Amino acid sequence: MCACRCGINVHLKDGRIKYIEGNPDHPVNKGVLCAKGSAGIMQHYSPARLTSPLKRVGPRGSGEFEEISWDEAMDIATEKLRAVRNKDPKRLAFFTGRDQSQALTGWFSAKFGTHNYAAHGGFCSVNMAAAGLYSIGGSFWEFGEPDWHKTKYFMMFGVAEDHDSNPIKKGIGTIKKRAGTKYVSINPVQSGYAAIADEWLGIRPGTDGLFVGALISELIKAEKIDFDFLVRYTNSPWLVIDNQGEANNGLFARDEEGNPLCFDVSRNVVTAMQVGKSKPAMVGEFELVDGTKVIPAFQHIIQEFLSEKYELSYVEKETGIKTADIKRIAAEIAEVAFSEEITLDVPWTDSYGTKHDKIIGRPVSFHAMRGIAAHKNGFETCRMIHLLQMLLGAIDGPGSFRYKPPFPRPTPPHKKNAKKSAAPGEVAEAEPLGFPAGPEDLAVDENGEPTRLDKAFSWEYPLAIHGMMHMSLHNAWAGDPYKVDVFMMYMANMAWNSSMNVENALKYMTDKDPETGEYKIPYIIYSDAFYSETVPYADLILPDTTYLERWDAISMLDRPIGTAEAAADSIRQPVLEPDRDVRPFQDVVLDLGVRLGLPGMVDDNGAPLYPGGYSDYLVNHERAPGVGPLSGWRGENGESHGKGVPNKNQMQKYIENGCYWEYELEEAEQYNRFANQAYLETATKMGWMGSPEPIVLNVYNEMLQKFHLAAEGHGEHVPPEHARERIKTYFNPVPTWYPVQEHVDINSDEFPLSALTQRPAHMYHSWGSQNAWLRQLTSQNYLYIHPKTAKEKNIDDLDWVWIESPHGKVKVQAKYMEGLNEGTVWTWNAIGKRRGAWALDEKSPEFQKAFLLNHVISENLTADDGSVRSNSDPVTGQGAWFDTRVKVGRADNQSDETTSPLIEPVKFYDKYQRPDVLQYGFKKNRSFDEYERSLGTTEEKGT
Amino acid sequence: MTCLPDKTDKKLGLLIDLDICVGCHACAVNCKEWNTSGITGPMEDIKPYGDDPSGVWYNRIHSYEFKKPGEVDRTVYFPKSCLHCEDAPCVTVCPTGASLKRSEDGIVLVNPDVCIGCKLCSWACPYGAREYDTTGGVMQKCTLCVDKIYDETIPEERRVPSCVSTCPAGARHFGDFADPESNVSKLAAANDARDLFPEMETKPVNQYLPPRKRQIHKEKSLNHKVSNVKDAMLRWAKLDFTG
Repeated sequence: MCACRCGINVHLKDGRIKYIEGNPDHPVNKGVLCAKGSAGIMQHYSPARLTSPLKRVGPRGSGEFEEISWDEAMDIATEKLRAVRNKDPKRLAFFTGRDQSQALTGWFSAKFGTHNYAAHGGFCSVNMAAAGLYSIGGSFWEFGEPDWHKTKYFMMFGVAEDHDSNPIKKGIGTIKKRAGTKYVSINPVQSGYAAIADEWLGIRPGTDGLFVGALISELIKAEKIDFDFLVRYTNSPWLVIDNQGEANNGLFARDEEGNPLCFDVSRNVVTAMQVGKSKPAMVGEFELVDGTKVIPAFQHIIQEFLSEKYELSYVEKETGIKTADIKRIAAEIAEVAFSEEITLDVPWTDSYGTKHDKIIGRPVSFHAMRGIAAHKNGFETCRMIHLLQMLLGAIDGPGSFRYKPPFPRPTPPHKKNAKKSAAPGEVAEAEPLGFPAGPEDLAVDENGEPTRLDKAFSWEYPLAIHGMMHMSLHNAWAGDPYKVDVFMMYMANMAWNSSMNVENALKYMTDKDPETGEYKIPYIIYSDAFYSETVPYADLILPDTTYLERWDAISMLDRPIGTAEAAADSIRQPVLEPDRDVRPFQDVVLDLGVRLGLPGMVDDNGAPLYPGGYSDYLVNHERAPGVGPLSGWRGENGESHGKGVPNKNQMQKYIENGCYWEYELEEAEQYNRFANQAYLETATKMGWMGSPEPIVLNVYNEMLQKFHLAAEGHGEHVPPEHARERIKTYFNPVPTWYPVQEHVDINSDEFPLSALTQRPAHMYHSWGSQNAWLRQLTSQNYLYIHPKTAKEKNIDDLDWVWIESPHGKVKVQAKYMEGLNEGTVWTWNAIGKRRGAWALDEKSPEFQKAFLLNHVISENLTADDGSVRSNSDPVTGQGAWFDTRVKVGRADNQSDETTSPLIEPVKFYDKYQRPDVLQYGFKKNRSFDEYERSLGTTEEKGT
Repeated sequence: MTCLPDKTDKKLGLLIDLDICVGCHACAVNCKEWNTSGITGPMEDIKPYGDDPSGVWYNRIHSYEFKKPGEVDRTVYFPKSCLHCEDAPCVTVCPTGASLKRSEDGIVLVNPDVCIGCKLCSWACPYGAREYDTTGGVMQKCTLCVDKIYDETIPEERRVPSCVSTCPAGARHFGDFADPESNVSKLAAANDARDLFPEMETKPVNQYLPPRKRQIHKEKSLNHKVSNVKDAMLRWAKLDFTG
């Protein structure tokens, strides 16, 4: 249902759902369930459900469809896709929004031969993932979590009140109940999680990196850093070549075997760094035997953070956080990290052969999400948070941030992205998404121009490891870098709230080529379970089931559900048969593969390899020998875990075990996993790592310097002229902070406010408004504004106002909120709906009063020189929708209580009768008295 | 008018910690999904797909911004449902005996078979905790999941009201306030639990733990040992880093 991926128990009675509750044993939620999960009944019985495959008969956007059979639908889809595959596979663009089956859909794309595939990560939080994976081999959320049970100081940056849902709520609840643990929230908005923080700092959006940099600066100046940790587990002591202007400048000096060097102060020589043996210098200027100047990487760090950039009066001015508070928080962090360390009497051995008799933890932990990620400096800001963790020695120790297996992984993981699509009829060289390890891995052609439709992995967005879905429609429409023939989408509401810029997105899908009269995006296939805003724009609809009618898996190959203590994965089994002509999209994908004869989906004779559909695939598919989508109960008799041949009874084992598998690590394997020999051996045995090599944490990122050098013209792979300045500016080996473009470019007097969005906690990771219960909680969104800011503009509480950016304007109702950064306004995202969609009545507040902020956000920005760039982080391509700058003014007309723009309706949906009064429940066949008397007896059976 | 029991054997109720509640509505929705099929369900929804959708909710979450001189401003979420008062005015005001307080556990219920929908109880309740079912013409309210907490087919640790078993943050607790050794009594005693509107003299069984006072921070700062790169190079060149 959503990316939180809780386990649920669904209770049925007479073939209908009676109650959905959290699975008490499930690793993710341990029995709790959020409001959205609890409203699953209304989701499942929604009147907006699609009921059969549809073929468009009116113009795009009209919502005029003809119902067709699955045979016909699959024939059409197969014919369209076969033509693309035989002509040029890259002309299929396949984008899947909040898809939890990316291990399947990415694999399908590769077998089809296209590398134009991605899910929604590019506009969600790729900055978090990329910065983490390239720095410490793990990141927040799916890759790691704060040690909720032992941390003594927890700082959370920019987490919307819905995000990560139950694990965060459980975690914060745990912390709050423990005396002596402080929880600090850094967030412009004091709602949800921030509301219960022990301290809330309403920072100015986009400046978190400067705040973190100031903390780093304070800690370094006070020597409150863990030198031992830095020497042993990071590349701090490694010597960096100082050879300005030359091809090796900024790279690590290495010996003939490729080992990094250090300057050993006990012998006064440059020598190979040997952890535990060398006594390396952390500062200083040295020479190699050939006279090359070298300095330790750590010196680069102090050069950055002892510079004027992090001078506290400047930081205060930019962030809005007072100098005294910054100093105090640095002191609080230092005190907890170094005076309250946690020691576990658990012996362990590190990768360098040193035996330790205890595990030491610095119980300061951090967590961050989209408030950091959705800015054009988000990658660097997140790197700085990881640097702060490294300086404190607060990574994977008791009380700090801890990895969740299969993380940590090498920095970056050893999985390369595809550089190009396949030749006609062939299979792609690699899966579309992966991790470039240098300029040589970019998806660019011989002229250095993008080979991907969305320009991910190009010189413009080199580390776009989740793709750039937010650019895909625009680029397909513009034919930049090329046109596509088929655009296929799943679970992505690109005609509405998933596009930054809705009116343009609609234009992209309806514009025709004046010469041919054909749509510029020739054919759109879409799969959704509901009549969303995007459905009317597709040529062919392949209707999906609800989440209770299909098999699902949260795989170790994808975004697993483990905890710091255990690896885990899970399945979901169908509890209801569809009562309409719909099919699970995952079954449809496999069926398309069979019809197209794709390798891996059919045998040599063209017969399906997984005739049982997705559940068959989950059990029997092997990605590598012994490695499949599910890790539990492998081997012929279910005797092995991690690796093993497929087990035909695997699904039954999962079901018997509450639909999840959990593999708990020994306590000695649960910490310092980047260099914990026992853990790394286990990880290798389980198939999570290729070999048990330690993962050296990067305070200094050599790979980013390689890009910088390429932009200076060094090496075989250099960027085209137009990309060079940008790469030079934004690719630096040491994390740094820079102001986002809008804060510099857009006249701050004219557009003085930052505009943000978040989803309500009860609508996490969903945009459906058809839910009869949840829409009673929120069916209109307001623009929250600080009273002081509002009064300057004569705006009263609940006045209608115009919110305007350089890109567009929207009329909305304002609401006062004190717990808000004064220079920020915010609203709930995706409450506003397009008239006609979601099977709501025309007068619904979602249509008339609620609004999308997306109208004032553009996916493209024009620079002073007239050049146009994506509104994205320059390193990772992360959609930077939190950089939006606006002004707000009182509307002249207060009596017309309607939002604007009111986009014309799509055709209203009337497949199901909608009751004026809904009374969901089960008829009782006895009186209240009888019922009450029966309580406590076995008469009233649980279902 | 309806009588209250002189005394109840147990005082079952909820302890709600406002210092932990993040206002996520999980309790309200899980309550609705359990109870719409429960002893006093269904819980109607009016215009569920139309303008101004509304319905019966036994539990609702309110949010406030808290400002008090000398204290730190903050946002407070406040979940509210029937407090199962010892001196429940909604019971004594009831002309038919539909509103009742159970003598065994103190749970206040409405018998829909006897309720005439006169709404006197909703006027009498100072908390606004009663919900009128327009379809059935009867009053409804929190049942403390009486049809769940005694159901022996449910594992014992899950025999708590839905709002408690589902609360992600762990802000809600269920137990017997008549037993000083119960989890809720001990938590209440240790954390300055409060009656809601004590001046109304309803003696509510449910208790709230108020948001704890936020600290006013004392200034402190770290003692700098170096202030620039040159200092650091001089000082750290002499240190021995073995790791």
